[in-house]
Amino acid sequence: MTPDTMGLTFLAFCLPFLGALVAPALTRVLGHNAAWPLALIPLAIFFHFLGFNVEVARGEVVTGGYAWVPAYNVSFSWLIDGLSLAFLLLISGIGTLIVLYSGGYLKGHRHQGRFFSFILMFMGSMLGLVASDSFLMLFIFWELTSITSFLLIGFDHAREASRRAALQALIVTGGGGLFLLAGLLLIWNVTDVTQLSLLMSFGAEVRASPFYLSILFLILGGAFTKSAQFPFHFWLPNAMEAPTPVSAYLHSATMVKAGVYLLMRLNPVMGDTAAWETILPAFGGLTLLVGAVLAIRQTDLKLMLAYTTVASLGLLVMLTGFGSEHAVAAAALYLVAHSLFKGALFMVAGLVDHETGTRDITKLGGLRRAMPVTFLAAVLAALSMGGLPPFFGFLAKEEVYAALAGGNIRAIAYTAAAIIGNGLMFAIAFAVALKPFLGPPVETPKHAHEGPVLLWIGPMLLAVKGLVIGLFSATAHVLLTSPLASAIAGKPETITISAMPHFGVAFVLSLVTIAVGTLVFLSLDKVRTAVDGLIEDIGWGPDKGFDQAMRGLVRLSSAVSRLTQPGLMEIYMTATFVVIALALLVPPFVYGEWPRLPVWPANLPFHELAVMVLAVVGIGAVLAAENRLTAIVALGIQGFCVAVLFLLFGAPDLAFTQFMIETLSVVILALVMTRLKLTPRDHRPLREKIPDAVIAIACGLGFSLYLLKVTQGRFDTALTDFFNLYSKTIAHGANVVNVIIVDFRGTDTLGEIAVVMVTGLAILSIVRIRKGRA
Amino acid sequence: MNTLIFRTVAPFLTALMVLFSLFVLLRGHNEPGGGFIGGLIAVSAFAIYGIANGVAAVRQALWFHPMAIAAFGLFIACIAGLLSFVFAVPFMTGLWVYPTILGVEIPLSSVMLFDAGVYLVVVGSITSIALALEAEDDV
Repeated sequence: MTPDTMGLTFLAFCLPFLGALVAPALTRVLGHNAAWPLALIPLAIFFHFLGFNVEVARGEVVTGGYAWVPAYNVSFSWLIDGLSLAFLLLISGIGTLIVLYSGGYLKGHRHQGRFFSFILMFMGSMLGLVASDSFLMLFIFWELTSITSFLLIGFDHAREASRRAALQALIVTGGGGLFLLAGLLLIWNVTDVTQLSLLMSFGAEVRASPFYLSILFLILGGAFTKSAQFPFHFWLPNAMEAPTPVSAYLHSATMVKAGVYLLMRLNPVMGDTAAWETILPAFGGLTLLVGAVLAIRQTDLKLMLAYTTVASLGLLVMLTGFGSEHAVAAAALYLVAHSLFKGALFMVAGLVDHETGTRDITKLGGLRRAMPVTFLAAVLAALSMGGLPPFFGFLAKEEVYAALAGGNIRAIAYTAAAIIGNGLMFAIAFAVALKPFLGPPVETPKHAHEGPVLLWIGPMLLAVKGLVIGLFSATAHVLLTSPLASAIAGKPETITISAMPHFGVAFVLSLVTIAVGTLVFLSLDKVRTAVDGLIEDIGWGPDKGFDQAMRGLVRLSSAVSRLTQPGLMEIYMTATFVVIALALLVPPFVYGEWPRLPVWPANLPFHELAVMVLAVVGIGAVLAAENRLTAIVALGIQGFCVAVLFLLFGAPDLAFTQFMIETLSVVILALVMTRLKLTPRDHRPLREKIPDAVIAIACGLGFSLYLLKVTQGRFDTALTDFFNLYSKTIAHGANVVNVIIVDFRGTDTLGEIAVVMVTGLAILSIVRIRKGRA
Repeated sequence: MNTLIFRTVAPFLTALMVLFSLFVLLRGHNEPGGGFIGGLIAVSAFAIYGIANGVAAVRQALWFHPMAIAAFGLFIACIAGLLSFVFAVPFMTGLWVYPTILGVEIPLSSVMLFDAGVYLVVVGSITSIALALEAEDDV
């Protein structure tokens, strides 16, 4: 990669975030028409990455990037091969249409600028995620997509359902991200590489490692939550609370595929093992069935599509881990096809909702005259989703059946699951595309008419693209899907399937699917009632489970808080001093390191003795004092005596400070006492005082023993010599203590005065709170 | 406190103590003293004034809110550290100049500025605590 392209690529990754910065201001000026200039951002990115197509189609891998923290082998580096390029093009291409669509959909919304900003930030995160080469970058962008999707789902933050859905998505996908991080760290430990491009040649080491299963479970924890695999699927339908552009973009075409992307990316490294080929298809297949069955139950257009997305993600996971000859190719084809038709159908659903005021399928009908363009886009997308020739979806489905079909039990089971899933999805596709448009016109909350160009251009283009790729499949295979499949497989793969129906097992299975789908479509209401009854009978799902888990978590944490933070000064102080006493007394006890008894000094000067006696008298007065105020003052006397001792032994600075501290302590303690409105005397009975006395004596004893031990050790004068030598010559100061404080260890002091100030603020606010209550 | 003698003496005492605290601050580099000690002396001075003449009088005399004084101290302490970047030396390196004012050579340094910052932080923080505790109603 030349420096020029490298800079441009880096710019392409930054551009969405820069766009997010200007979007609100631009929207204030241009209103909803800001969508046009803003759409240029993803469009430019799309064309930039399209430029890599030739190299990638030749089977080359483009890497580039900059060192970030070279000491830890962390870099901001990207890896563009068939897999990431396909994703990059989908994200930026569909992103362009989504930006335009949001312009029409949220026209006149108070926070449209904010919405543009969020969606561009999400786009940037997603682009970064699929192009990341370094593990750290992958993780950061992974979590960024979770955070931006939280913002987008909760966009309509005044509604409780939105907030709940946003939080749920964040907890599930963000939590999954932590699994991913742990998995990546384990991989790093096993292989000692931190880049995906280098990891590719370490597949054998990872698979042979004793940690393989742990790595697998952690990675799957990340991928399954992000890609809404059963039993983590519940957050995706709830996320439909988001405005429709978000559902079309994040929850069908891009973010939910991040998990699938991760599995595909790691397939060459971790795939081809018994665990991989058992777990992935099992969970994928189950998700396919659960998603398809739950989709039938819905009457809301968006929810129907959301559950089929869950099903499609299941199908993708199943294919990624299936391990048969055509499986990878099928996954590649289905991935692209699904993004196109599902994105289009979501936008159609939003368009219908926007123009009629409802998206309940039972309350819609006869819109074909009012909304002909929408109808056309819907039908084109549904034909692709249903898998009819010559649409792209047909190719994908043929390849799926070619991959799954086989003679053994496993193949038959998964083929059956695929037929049921695809059949139900076929029915849903046409239910969404036909039911609202055919039949007699129905009265809707809003008078329906065709939406503006901003709204229909997106679904129309995506739907037409599904047809075009189907027709010119040979070119698409060379440019897009073959490199994609090669990157997933980790070895060159060539896809040849075309839209011409060719007689074979796959074609027969396709016909069966269509038959099943048509049957379900024709009796949709009956099937819906039946499924609904069944689900009602079960009555519990992971969604409820999530609520129960969250409630339990809140209850647990409040119980722990009540236990550890009782809010009683007495308990805090007791805990602090008990810990201090233990820390001072336990180590010498365990290691038998008691100090020697001090020797009484011969010819002790009278004045030193007098000061010491005075200190002891001060302590005695504290204990004997009837009145709290007397005790505080007596404590001050003791402190002054210690300060005098410092002065006598040649530490004037220390003594000076001690004097001031003692004075202020007495003043402040006295003030606190009056403010707390304590009784002048301690009226507690003796048995309540004894534990406090024991703790106090233990603390005092601990400190005394500790100081004795310290002074009995050998004194290392290296530092003293250093400071004495250099204090005057380097720091121009004769007072060594002060020079240490303000010069040699000045940065420490800076931290300390910051702490002093913050503590002051904290105390000030506590005093104020007490006042507010009084 | 309603002792007439105390109330009469307190302003003078305070003024003397504040002056002394500045003296202690400035001589700190070569003799016992410095920002911490100087600051504590000044706090005692304000505390005495507050006990004698009431919190309102101290607040009026200080002009700025004590917390603002502390924040300013932290600010100039940071500036003293950051000055070294201007001269391309590591953070917190002491910088010295020796201007001659009225025929007397006066050593000035970033270290002194830093010590003044320490002084102000100590004065501001602890005074605001003391005043808040002394005050009956306002803060």
